[in-house]
Amino acid sequence: MDKRAGLDPLQFRLNGRTVLIEVAPDARLSDVLRDDCGVKDVKVGCDAGDCGACTVLVDGAPVCACLTPARRVERQQIETLSGLVKNDSLTRKLAASFEAHGAAQCGICTPGMIVSASALLREVPEPTPDMVEDALGGVLCRCTGYRKIIDAVVSTHREPAPAPALTGPGHTGAAIPRVDGNAKVSGRERFGDDVAPPNALHLRIVRSPYHHARFTLGDIAGWATRIPGIETVLTARDIPGRNLFGVIPGFIDQPVFAESTCRFRGEAIAAIVGTAEAIAGLDLSGFPVTWTELPASLTPQEAQAPGASLLHDGHARNVMCGGFVSHGDASAGFDGADVTVAAEFSTAFVEHAYIEPEAGYARVADGRVEVFCCTQAPFMNLEGLMDILALPRSRIRIRPTGVGGGFGSKLDLTVQPYLALAALKTGRQVRMAYSRTESMQSSTKRHPSRISARIGADKDGTLRAMQFDGVFNTGAYASWGPTVANRVPIHASGPYRIPNYRAEAQGVYTNCPPAGAFRGFGVPQSAVAQESLLDMLADKLGMDRLDLRIQNALENGVPTVCGQVFDTGVGIRACLEALRPAWQAERQALAANRLPNGLLRGVGIGAGWYGCGNTSMPNPSTIKAGLTADGTLVLHQGAVDIGQGSNTVITQIFARAFGVPTASVRLLGGDTDFTPDAGKTSASRQTFVSGNAAQRAGEGLRRQVLERVNASETAQISLEQGLIRVTDEDRTHDIVPAQLPTDEDGYVLQAEGYYDPPTAPLDKNGQGAPYAQFGYAAHLAVVEVDPAYGTSKVIRIVAAHDVGHAINPLLVEGQIEGGVAQGLGMALMEEYHPGRTENLHDYLIPTIGDVPPIETRIIEEPDAHGPYGAKGLGEHALIPTAPAILNAIADATGVRMTELPVTPARLRAKLRQAGHG
Amino acid sequence: MTAQYFMPTRLDEALGVLADRPASILAGGTDYYPARGRQPEPRDLLDISRVEGLRGIRALPDGNGWHIGAATTWSDIAAADLPSAFAGLQSAAREVGSRQIQNTGTVAGNLCNASPAADGVPPLLTLDAQVEIGRAGGTRRLALGEFITGVRQTALAPDEMVIALHIPSPADRAASAFHKLGARKYLVISITMTAALVSLDANGRIAAARVAVGACSPVAQRLHALEADVIGKRGDEITVTPDHLSCLSPITDMRADSAYRADVVAEQAKRVLQQAVAAHG
Ligand SMILES: Cc1cc2nc3c(=O)[nH]c(=O)nc-3n(C[C@H](O)[C@H](O)[C@H](O)COP(=O)(O)OP(=O)(O)OC[C@H]3O[C@@H](n4cnc5c(N)ncnc54)[C@H](O)[C@@H]3O)c2cc1C
Repeated sequence: MDKRAGLDPLQFRLNGRTVLIEVAPDARLSDVLRDDCGVKDVKVGCDAGDCGACTVLVDGAPVCACLTPARRVERQQIETLSGLVKNDSLTRKLAASFEAHGAAQCGICTPGMIVSASALLREVPEPTPDMVEDALGGVLCRCTGYRKIIDAVVSTHREPAPAPALTGPGHTGAAIPRVDGNAKVSGRERFGDDVAPPNALHLRIVRSPYHHARFTLGDIAGWATRIPGIETVLTARDIPGRNLFGVIPGFIDQPVFAESTCRFRGEAIAAIVGTAEAIAGLDLSGFPVTWTELPASLTPQEAQAPGASLLHDGHARNVMCGGFVSHGDASAGFDGADVTVAAEFSTAFVEHAYIEPEAGYARVADGRVEVFCCTQAPFMNLEGLMDILALPRSRIRIRPTGVGGGFGSKLDLTVQPYLALAALKTGRQVRMAYSRTESMQSSTKRHPSRISARIGADKDGTLRAMQFDGVFNTGAYASWGPTVANRVPIHASGPYRIPNYRAEAQGVYTNCPPAGAFRGFGVPQSAVAQESLLDMLADKLGMDRLDLRIQNALENGVPTVCGQVFDTGVGIRACLEALRPAWQAERQALAANRLPNGLLRGVGIGAGWYGCGNTSMPNPSTIKAGLTADGTLVLHQGAVDIGQGSNTVITQIFARAFGVPTASVRLLGGDTDFTPDAGKTSASRQTFVSGNAAQRAGEGLRRQVLERVNASETAQISLEQGLIRVTDEDRTHDIVPAQLPTDEDGYVLQAEGYYDPPTAPLDKNGQGAPYAQFGYAAHLAVVEVDPAYGTSKVIRIVAAHDVGHAINPLLVEGQIEGGVAQGLGMALMEEYHPGRTENLHDYLIPTIGDVPPIETRIIEEPDAHGPYGAKGLGEHALIPTAPAILNAIADATGVRMTELPVTPARLRAKLRQAGHG
Repeated sequence: MTAQYFMPTRLDEALGVLADRPASILAGGTDYYPARGRQPEPRDLLDISRVEGLRGIRALPDGNGWHIGAATTWSDIAAADLPSAFAGLQSAAREVGSRQIQNTGTVAGNLCNASPAADGVPPLLTLDAQVEIGRAGGTRRLALGEFITGVRQTALAPDEMVIALHIPSPADRAASAFHKLGARKYLVISITMTAALVSLDANGRIAAARVAVGACSPVAQRLHALEADVIGKRGDEITVTPDHLSCLSPITDMRADSAYRADVVAEQAKRVLQQAVAAHG
């Protein structure tokens, strides 16, 4: 029997080698594998068994390493992804299949998925999709929508393993596997918490336990000296610059450390820096702080009630800001309309729930502070830190790591200022990873909304007028709230011709975590209202719901509600038409068949549009490329890849423009020292804006090469063993780069491409040209409802998307499937409540068993401005999903759900009201 | 922090540890670690996963029922070859969390954790499970209904641990079922769950029935009134009335409101009984 076990060494087999190590008695296996054994492919997403990212095999059985006491594995066999890929040919085939199918996007869940699937395939080499779902049900993925993962596992047994389709040049239009995929499927990708050196100090943030409270700090220094291993404690007093951050000029309102009042639960008041042991053993109950809880407003209604306290000076009634669009004459339009439908809708707080919590580390080198972090916006992070640290740009460097999902929330500063302040104060390397709970408490969310909307039409179904009023809960600080307030009125019409229109949106401060950017910036919420109303209107008019939409769909040459006219590229009608076969077949099937067991089935449609890039504001990207003396072609790719695929898409565009195969481009990431600013990964702008910059960089570099040898524009360039060979009809020119002088970057030739989309400011009625391009989408959902339980199961999705030109059809499908899964979650289960759902146990996102097969229909109506006609897609993917599901539920049950999510309890209550037994 | 980790291989050693000091018992750890979070463990840890004879489900000789050792995992239950009376328990086993959770989480841990939403409790109540409790120098047995005394409360003393569950031999050809209602497919805590165990007479009518409901009261409850009323009925004759459910006191939480629970549990009890009847073929 084990005695004094903490002092005895622990011995086990890890990926085929024997490990002998001393561990603390209560250590979790996940921590020991990562920190003591350096096996960073074991990912920690929740530390509670809820996400499965840390799945390892213990004597062949998949278990969560975070729930396994390290001491228990004495003399057992542990296998992790990196070891399985090395030692097990089955896992290698599986990993290849993941790559070929695009089953890894950000890659953070991939180790858990492949390890779990390896255990399944050892037992069942040719599993059915149901068996795959049962085996992988314990691993959450937020990017892929799971379908490609199922495909990858099911088809692994097929010989030969589907070869990555790298035969052709892999230019735009080719469904090549992602260029950075191998690292993700083999456990080599390094994310925010994987890069700190072993001896770094750790940092823990002290946060408000109250939604709203005053506080005073006591003798912190005295407290800290009593705890061995504490290096320093940071508070607002340690901030050399401005104790504020934010993302929109005029709305920089969030303190790094609250100074005397906390405005939301989870707000930071101090940060403790110490050794790994000191921080791990930290008991914060004695931390010297005195709290006085204050009344809190958690909804806009509460925040605007008489007597509610104001969160910020200068914001009467807690109004952060508003947005407004008026086109034609809405009230006259309603007066002339034959029929009108109106309803109120509400949507919940939605958490991004990426599987990688915010993490990073910072160090000071040569008088400069370097921050390694998972981020969607390295240059915005840098600018934010300049203010906080009072340092010039030249003394800060952001080094982006792999990003385990972002969806908008990793645009804002999170760990970065704390790490940078701590590194500067201690002179040491300092790391931190948010716990799942603090990630959920403190990161931004999707705005909850309350919407009241009305649509009027003629008897023949022609839309006459629409009015929209939306109140958005923006939380305690502005973050991207102003963007939501501005975008919503522009988009709330949906992609339809509405001659008379009035839309207003308002962001209201509350004592909730800041609501910010989340895939769609408020448009998924407004689409719920607008697309539900269209179904109500069609029903009232006795029209086919699809026909009504097609009849009113925007077209080339028809003004939007902002008065913007596009001469080409308006693809909504084609998207809607693409749904017609499925729509007709499903409706016929519904009419013909009755379901067993009292289940009800319905089919619904939702559509959407989304403007790519910033709203009427400059939004440039720069992409740089160079040829080195040894003939290597280097692309400085600063459009951060958060799983959506910009590393691949930008490279494909650049390679086509330069004229070499995609595989011959070497990528350099978004390090702010080396790579120019390609803007933030948001607003569905990277393919469009950075893609254009990449095309220009490629064309510029090509021109330089051709000019050097006086070749014609149609000449072929090839890079071969240190030579740049130009073949122009029957003549061949060789450029020997080693013989050319190099510039300060080490290149013999280099080019930069810059692109800023043409937009025009909006006037006081929101009229103008807010975006250079829109993308369009329409989804069809088939839903089965069990009326006695109020449960809804989505059984089929057809998703038609106009992407202008599909740069990479495999990645297009990946974006769509992942967006659908998020839309499904928003429709049916996701609801964040501060203080009550701060973990992935109580906050539910779809699992592999909840996402149905998704059929993608790609529409290509070329855009006038997009690279090779391409349009953005990232956010479009989820906008139509929730409305399509709501409309399908209404079709199945006759009950119109207006409060999201449609939980079983909410649906059942409505069904009972409607007389269902 | 001077906590120690004990991983004994013999039961008397394990009980000896408990006799000597207050210790946290670790079975699968799937409730223990999430509850502990990032807090350091102040107590010694007793890992019972390697105690010999504590793992597995087996029939006792001479028709003396079944024995489920305290280290038996949900996966062990799901994979075992068991009579149809255990179908409900096996179905619950396959619906606990995920494969990862089932591979380490134990049936006994589920009971000791005493969550109102513990999926193991209703099927084990219908099986009339007894809990065998050990301490240095003795053992005692309690009916499961007496073992769990409240929300996260059991009859265990600090120096005691659960050693096994005992299931009396179910009636020949008794069949059971388990239904769980949650807001997603995997990794979901039950909004309500119901288990039923049924024997039929020669005419296919219910001769004996046990029904238990979880997540609708602090401790899962047998529905004795319903059990009595369904005697003599065929599956399609079963109705569940509010009177049958009067022992329940559902609450409102993040997953659902109390009115919803009260409403759907009637339907769930009917469906699970019907499935148990239908399982007789
Ligand atoms: C992601 C996730 C999903 C889950 N899903 C479900 C679900 O769907 N349904 C469900 O019911 N539960 C679920 N659970 C809870 C948990 O997995 C189960 O309750 C499981 O059966 C607990 O068993 P364990 O062996 O892991 O318990 P442990 O965590 O080891 O122990 C639980 C408690 O019981 C005590 N204990 C354990 N064994 C003994 C013993 N022999 N004697 C005395 N005390 C003992 C421990 O000290 C501890 O207090 C889930 C948990 C997680 C993390």
